[in-house]
Amino acid sequence: MQPRSAGLVVTLRQTQPFALDVSFAAPSGRITALFGHSGSGKTTVLRAIAGLQRTAEARILCGDDVWCDTADRAWRPPHLRPVGFVFQDYGLFPHLTVREQLDLALGHRPAAERTPRIEALLELTRLQELGHRRPAALSGGQQQRAAIARALARDPQVLLLDEPFAAVDWALRESLRRELVALQRSLALTVLLVTHDFEDVAKLASHLVVLERGRVAASGTVEDLTARNAVPGIDGWREPAVALDAHIEGHDPHRQLTHIAAGALRLEVPLVDAPPGATVRVQLAAREVILASQRPEGLSLRNTLEAQVITVESAAHPALRLVHLAVGETRLLSLVTADAARDLALEPGKPILALIKAVAIGAFA
Amino acid sequence: MDWTALGLSLRLGVLTVALLLPVAFLLARWLAYGRFRGRGFVEALVALPLILPPTVVGFYLLHAFGRGSPIGAAFEGLLGHPLVFSFEGLVLASVLVNLPFAVQPMQNALAAIPTSVRDAARCCGLSPLAAIRRIELPLALPGIATGAVLTFAHTLGEFGVVLMVGGSIPGETRTIAIAIYDRVQAFDEPAAATMALVLLVMAVAALGISNTLARRAARRD
Repeated sequence: MQPRSAGLVVTLRQTQPFALDVSFAAPSGRITALFGHSGSGKTTVLRAIAGLQRTAEARILCGDDVWCDTADRAWRPPHLRPVGFVFQDYGLFPHLTVREQLDLALGHRPAAERTPRIEALLELTRLQELGHRRPAALSGGQQQRAAIARALARDPQVLLLDEPFAAVDWALRESLRRELVALQRSLALTVLLVTHDFEDVAKLASHLVVLERGRVAASGTVEDLTARNAVPGIDGWREPAVALDAHIEGHDPHRQLTHIAAGALRLEVPLVDAPPGATVRVQLAAREVILASQRPEGLSLRNTLEAQVITVESAAHPALRLVHLAVGETRLLSLVTADAARDLALEPGKPILALIKAVAIGAFA
Repeated sequence: MDWTALGLSLRLGVLTVALLLPVAFLLARWLAYGRFRGRGFVEALVALPLILPPTVVGFYLLHAFGRGSPIGAAFEGLLGHPLVFSFEGLVLASVLVNLPFAVQPMQNALAAIPTSVRDAARCCGLSPLAAIRRIELPLALPGIATGAVLTFAHTLGEFGVVLMVGGSIPGETRTIAIAIYDRVQAFDEPAAATMALVLLVMAVAALGISNTLARRAARRD
């Protein structure tokens, strides 16, 4: 399967039926999350990109292709836009088997290519044994995989996912996330993911666009936005945590540990099931990062990092302070009490040691 | 037993279904998916034949089809004979009277297709026409079949409108329902009973077919 993916550049404006004024780019070969609460307009954006909905003003570019430009009266109807759309309820055709659905989505390919392609897609989504089934005879997770297979059958330039995990329970969600990441990486797909669950953002996305009431409230890389604690709309229900990509340097099977690194940030974490060189998504919660002025002894901590204070800001609770740190180019957050911040004399530029328990690091491979 | 009348009724039923289905499907689709003002009004208009006495519908059609009206004049120019008291007039009246029987089951079936399924059809590369052919039509098939069966059965049994618009001309406008009435008036009980039984059997068969189709569709998902 050859990767062919282009980036998206999107500008949409309307005042009716609700105000929408967004402009963002989704880079090629990456997962971009469109994050916001219900009513923020994120599903409208996704539908407009697919051509299922029109907005008063719109300019949608996919690579060099103009899909829509109201200024030029350019409009490409949805069936001519190479998108794979995975709907929240999957939108599987109830009267067709999985194989028939894939065949239908492969209409742009010569008939001789379709059968091998169908088998490849079924294998990719681990549905080989279920190709003859209709959607009603599939479990929730299988339906989702079928929907993804059908979206990929289109040979899409972009994969659009509308709340892809909303309909499955928590236990399944985690494994489906892993599958999606693996799939996206192996095919170098451009993915635009609409979600109201920040876990999806923290675990899957490299880029983030936050929508609030039809406007872009923030956008940037997930690492930068989480490291600066600058994601609007998650205060109060999500603890500050940095989400960043690290690569596996090597394993220490004796001690059941894996060495990972992101720039100058080098960490030991419990063994990760991925080969050296692979990328893992790491989440470091601010409350798990302890600060010390001297190298401690007789502690169970596995990770001691030389850091520098960037800034100290007030936290959600008046007794707490959120400390922004730099380890080389990589940023970290640490949640400490106001007393501790005073005792350690934390101020911008001060060198400090950041201590992290190995088990406190969530690595998602 | 009036075989001519039965043949005429069957011919009328088949023609009505054949002419009505495409029209009713487009109308049903428009009502199921269209976002426009006055939809309630159009729906009420389509349902009108259900609640109006057939003689009232027949009365208005008689006037609409008459020589004095533009419709009547246009058709007379086309056919070479008046629309009223002709088989063609009967077909046209039958199509109009049966609109709700065909439109409503189709509209319900189309409205029951989730928006995401129709959107997915477009995102799978199907043009609007291909989406209708490969997704909407098969999914709405039980509703279409129900509409066809109801229309056919109702056409065989229609009495008031036929009498008003067509009269009772043998071989031209005398349907089996009219023939039954005619036989009763002539105290020909056995003939009336035979024809009534034929209609009864057909109605039961129609309902049986329609129910079977609905059940088969339900089993699929």
